[in-house]
Amino acid sequence: MEPQRSFPKKLASSLVPAVPYLWLGLFFLVPFLIVFKISLSDPAVSQPPYKPVFEWGDVAGFFQGLDLENFEVLTSDDLYLSATLSSVRIAAISTILLLLVGFPIAYAMARAPERYRSLLVAMIILPFWTSFLIRIYAWIAILKPEGLLNQGLLALGVIGEPLNILNTETAVYIGIVYAYLPFMVLPLYATLEKMDDTLLEAAQDLGSPPWRAFWTITVPLAMPGIIAGSLLCFIPAVGEFVIPDLLGGSETLMIGRQLWSEFFSNRDWPLASAVAILLLIILVVPIVIYRDVESRRVETKA
Amino acid sequence: MNRRLSLFNVTSLVIGFAFLYLPILLLVVYSFNASRLVTVWGGFSTQWYVALFRNEALMEAAWVTLRIALLSASLATVLGTLAALALTRYGRFFGRTLFTGMVYAPMVMPEVITGLSLLLFFVAIGLDRGFWTITLAHTTLTMCFVTVVVQSRLMTFDRSLEEAAMDLGAPPLRTFFSVTLPLIAPSIVAGFLLAFTLSLDDLVIASFNTGPGATTLPIRIYSQVRLGLSPEVNAASAILIGIVTLGVVTATLLSKRSLLREEPNAH
Repeated sequence: MEPQRSFPKKLASSLVPAVPYLWLGLFFLVPFLIVFKISLSDPAVSQPPYKPVFEWGDVAGFFQGLDLENFEVLTSDDLYLSATLSSVRIAAISTILLLLVGFPIAYAMARAPERYRSLLVAMIILPFWTSFLIRIYAWIAILKPEGLLNQGLLALGVIGEPLNILNTETAVYIGIVYAYLPFMVLPLYATLEKMDDTLLEAAQDLGSPPWRAFWTITVPLAMPGIIAGSLLCFIPAVGEFVIPDLLGGSETLMIGRQLWSEFFSNRDWPLASAVAILLLIILVVPIVIYRDVESRRVETKA
Repeated sequence: MNRRLSLFNVTSLVIGFAFLYLPILLLVVYSFNASRLVTVWGGFSTQWYVALFRNEALMEAAWVTLRIALLSASLATVLGTLAALALTRYGRFFGRTLFTGMVYAPMVMPEVITGLSLLLFFVAIGLDRGFWTITLAHTTLTMCFVTVVVQSRLMTFDRSLEEAAMDLGAPPLRTFFSVTLPLIAPSIVAGFLLAFTLSLDDLVIASFNTGPGATTLPIRIYSQVRLGLSPEVNAASAILIGIVTLGVVTATLLSKRSLLREEPNAH
């Protein structure tokens, strides 16, 4: 039975949701509205480098100062369109590669004897705890023309001359697959581990070849994990900055990198904000789907 | 049910883990390289560790990073735990959909967007960029991770223990501190460690929100890496990897112990 509670206690108890709610509202939601506002303003040579578009009490001026100029720049300059398309393409190909690499690992983990499973999960998570920047940095030494991979392959006689991998799109794929692998493997493992093996046995008994049982039973049952893992990799990969910047070449266009250079090199904050809004528009649908999948997954786990 | 590992399964595991661990291992090995050329082995040496501790810029950055990480992880742990309690114990409150959206979105949101939007916010409210802006930014990002970690523990939690305490006359706050909190403590510790390492690691959000005197280690490492590989960065990385490994192993042992302690009550 719920005991009758006095007003101060009710107030104290309502602080539990109120404090994090207000925090996220202030530091997550409000900043977005500001990005939106600044994306509609003009750059200026000042500190901060944009024209203020809101003065308290000046409602008419507020609307006059807004225009879509920055978005016109985005649509008229091919650079942004190709950066957008190439980000989506690189993220999509990386997600497919992650599925191809991650699925066999997650599957094997789910089939491992139970006493080893938590160790395997810990081993997948451990690299994620070590610095992202450092893990990407490690690949520079491996992929360089005179790096460890080329030294090894040359010594084995597999290749006659060093492969040029660093500063190409291939290096970006390697980097993304490497950095995001735990995000793909863990949701896959979570669904595969719960799978009922008797279904596969039944299929086998009824004469279904293993590949067919895999496509008609394992894959559909693993679908929640496939969707969660793919979104968890695809969404941040579209806006990735560090990996294309350190491993990619100058021709590797990605929208996150573009935002970074508008902000830090060109100091055009309004245009950078417009790029952020563009990136957000691309990602809003995947993010909403991800939120639904994730909150449903958490709730069914209980 | 008899699950057996096929040769294919074992091969996937071996290749998968080799792929995950080899680069890190090589980095640690080459941090003991005597040669200045990062990819040529010139014998064993600890000179880069000595050089690292003499490099004041790097040490200063490490100190700033550590302070930001400790402070933001502590704040994030409190906020994240409250958010997890709100999501699991408060049913359907006003604006719950927006709330879950705000908890899940920052985790997948590209860092460039989060970094830029927070910076513009801090400029708009007139807060000088530096130590505090990075701390606030990190708190906001990492509290969402704490929420998810604590929330998943709260959902698998045996509520009859709380009910028993209440039936025996313990007021809600007392029940929380003497029953709920000890039981979810391992997940709170795990959430804190996760928040701490995320803050330690962050380059993008820190770069947007940094100011004079608040250069963090990732920002410093990034600017050095852009100039070319440096053996000192290898040494710094190896130390960070060592600290993190130690932390994770400790956390795993802690949660194992608390699980064992819980076991008799589980049924």
